[in-house]
Amino acid sequence: MSRLATKFAEFKKTGHKALIPFITAGDPSPEFTVPMMHAMVDAGVDIIELGVPFSDPMADGPVIQRASERALEHKMSLRRTLEIVSDFRNSNQDTPVVLMGYANPVEAMGYEDFSQSAQAAGVDGVLTVDLPPEEAYECATLLNAHNIDQIFLLAPNSTNDRIKKMDAVGSGFLYYVSVKGVTGACHLDTSDVQKKLIDIRANTQLPVGIGFGIKDAETAKVIAGLGDAVVVGSVLISKIEANLSAPDIAKQEIIELLKSMRFTMDNQD
Amino acid sequence: MTDTTNSYNMPDERGHFGPYGGLFIAETLIPAVEELDTAYQKHMTDPEFMAELDKDFQYYVGRPSPLYHAERWSHELGGAQIYLKREDLNHTGAHKINNTIGQILLAKRMGKTRIIAETGAGQHGVATATVCARLGLECVVYMGAVDIARQALNVYRMELLGAKVVSVTSGSKTLKDALNEAIRDWVTNVDNTFYIIGTAAGPAPYPAMVRDFQSIIGREARQQCLAQTGKLPDALVACIGGGSNAIGLFHPFINDAEVKMIGVEAAGDGLETGRHAAPLCAGRPGILHGNRTYLMEDDDGGIIETHSISAGLDYPGVGPEHSWLKDIGRAEYVSITDDEAIEGFHALTKMEGIIPALESSHAMAYTLKLAPTMQQDKILIVNLSGRGDKDMHTMAEREGIKI
Repeated sequence: MSRLATKFAEFKKTGHKALIPFITAGDPSPEFTVPMMHAMVDAGVDIIELGVPFSDPMADGPVIQRASERALEHKMSLRRTLEIVSDFRNSNQDTPVVLMGYANPVEAMGYEDFSQSAQAAGVDGVLTVDLPPEEAYECATLLNAHNIDQIFLLAPNSTNDRIKKMDAVGSGFLYYVSVKGVTGACHLDTSDVQKKLIDIRANTQLPVGIGFGIKDAETAKVIAGLGDAVVVGSVLISKIEANLSAPDIAKQEIIELLKSMRFTMDNQD
Repeated sequence: MTDTTNSYNMPDERGHFGPYGGLFIAETLIPAVEELDTAYQKHMTDPEFMAELDKDFQYYVGRPSPLYHAERWSHELGGAQIYLKREDLNHTGAHKINNTIGQILLAKRMGKTRIIAETGAGQHGVATATVCARLGLECVVYMGAVDIARQALNVYRMELLGAKVVSVTSGSKTLKDALNEAIRDWVTNVDNTFYIIGTAAGPAPYPAMVRDFQSIIGREARQQCLAQTGKLPDALVACIGGGSNAIGLFHPFINDAEVKMIGVEAAGDGLETGRHAAPLCAGRPGILHGNRTYLMEDDDGGIIETHSISAGLDYPGVGPEHSWLKDIGRAEYVSITDDEAIEGFHALTKMEGIIPALESSHAMAYTLKLAPTMQQDKILIVNLSGRGDKDMHTMAEREGIKI
C-alpha cells in the first residue's frame, strides 16, 4: 500500500480531513523549499504538493506562472525537484509528497528513469496536468510498479463516465478542480462543489481532494466538510511573491494561514 | 518506405499519428474537445455543411486560387518548371482563411457565441477576426507583446474588424505564450467559447481538422497540375511553422508515392547557433500544447525560445502529422536561414512581380536551391502561402530604409 493510501485510510477512520499545501519547488529560491516543507508539516499539514516548474504552465493563473518563472531563473528542474524531495526525506519519512506539473519534463526524462528516480527520492504521487487517462497508461503503469500513485484531476464538467475512468486508472486520491479555470481563480461556489461531490462519490471509492480558489480558513472549513482533503496553492504563493526580499516573512505568513485553516477544518460545527 | 503510405489513413481514432498527436490537455477541456470532435465528424460528412463551405471558399475567399507557372523564374534557374500555388491571393492574403472559414461554420453549428484565437504574425488573427465580423461573433485574439510590436499593421486590422487583441506578456511574449494564454481563456470560458487554433497542431481533433480544411490547397493543386501539364508534380515545397499550409498542400498527394514532399523550416541565424525555429531538423519529440510532436526543448524538457525573421514561423513545435511523415520518411524537412529567406523574397519579387510573405519566402529560398538540380521537364509546386504586405516594415527596417 502506498504512503498516500495508508494515510487516507487512517484519516477515514478518525474523520480527519487532510490539508494539502502547494508550493512551487525552488520559489523564490532553491534553499527556501525544504525548510518551508518542514515548517508546513509542523503547522499541521498532512500531504505536500510540490510544483515542478515548467516554461509553459498552461493550466496555471498568473500567480503560479510567476512562481514557475522565478524557480526557472534559479535553474530549477524536475531532477532538482527530486533532489529537494530527497533532502526533505532525510528527516521526514512520514508526510506524503505529490509532484504536480506538466508532461514534457517527465517525457524528456523518460517514464522509466523518472519512475525509478522519483521512487528513490521518496515521491508518493504524481499529478500531471496535461496527461489525461487517455494518454497516461504507460506512465501510470510504470509509476504504480514503483509504488507511486498517479493522481488525476476531475473538473466540474467531468461526466460520470470520466469519473469512472479516473477511478480505474488513478490511485491515491482524485483531485477535484472546483472551478472551470486556471489556478488562483476566485469564483468558487461551494454549493456547486457540494452537488458535484454527490456524482463523484457515486462513481469512485477513492478519496477526493478539492482545490482551486480556496483562499481562506472559512472556505477551507466548508470544503473540508465536503471532501477528504483541501488543497491550497495560489494564496500561499501570493505571500511568497509579496515578500520576495523577505522570505522569512513569507514563510511566517504561510504558516499562520495554514494553522488557521487547520484549526477551522478540525473544528467543524 | 513510401509503400506504407499507399493506404495512408491517419490519425487513428484517438487522434494519434504513430506516437505523435493525441490529447494532452487538462481535464476541464476534455468535454470541449469531445464535443468538437463529434461536431467535426458529423459535419465533415454532411453534404449541406460541405456545400456551405464550398460556397464560402468560392465567393468569400476567392477560390480556387490559381496554380501559376512562374515561367521567367523557372527559365532563370534553368531547372524544374516552377508552379506557384497562389494562396496569397485569398481574401486576407494567406492560406489561414481556409481554416477559419471552416472552423467558424462548425462553431456556428455548435451554438458557440464567443471565439478566441492565438496569433503570431497576425495572419491567423486577422483571418479569425474577419470571419467573426462576418458572422457578428465576439472575437478575442491573444498575441505576444513582442509580436504586437513587430506586426502593428495586423493588430490594427484586427481591431478594425472588431476583435479585441490581448497582449500576452508572460514567458517569451511570442506565439507559444499567446497559445498558453488562449488555452487559459478556453479552460475558463469553455461553455460558450470556441477556440479557433490557427495551425494543424493542438489536441485531437485539431491537427486532422485543420488539415482537412487546408487540404483544399492540395486538392486544387493536384487537379490544376493534371489539367495544365497532364501529369502529377515531381515535388512539393512549402514552409513550416506549425505546418498547416504544408500539410494542406501535401495531404492530397500522400498516396502518390512518386511525388516528393519537402517542408522548409526556419533556420533563423543558422541551426548551429541555436537561434532558430526548426524542431523537425534540430529538435526532439516532446509534449506541448495538447500534442506530442517534435519540439525545441532543453535537457530538462523546458521549451526554449525560438528565433526567426518571420513571426509566423517563430514557434518551438510543429503539427504532429509532420513529425510522423518525417519519421516514416514520406516527407523531407530542410531549413532556410533568415538571410536565405530574404534572398528568396527578393528573387520572387524581381522575377515574377509577386511579393511573398517572409514565411513563404523560406519556401522560395529553398526553390532557389532545389529547382536548378532538377531536369527542365520536372514539375515543382511551391506553396505561396501568403503575400508580403504585412512584412514591408520588417524588410525596410532590415535594409535600413525608413518608411
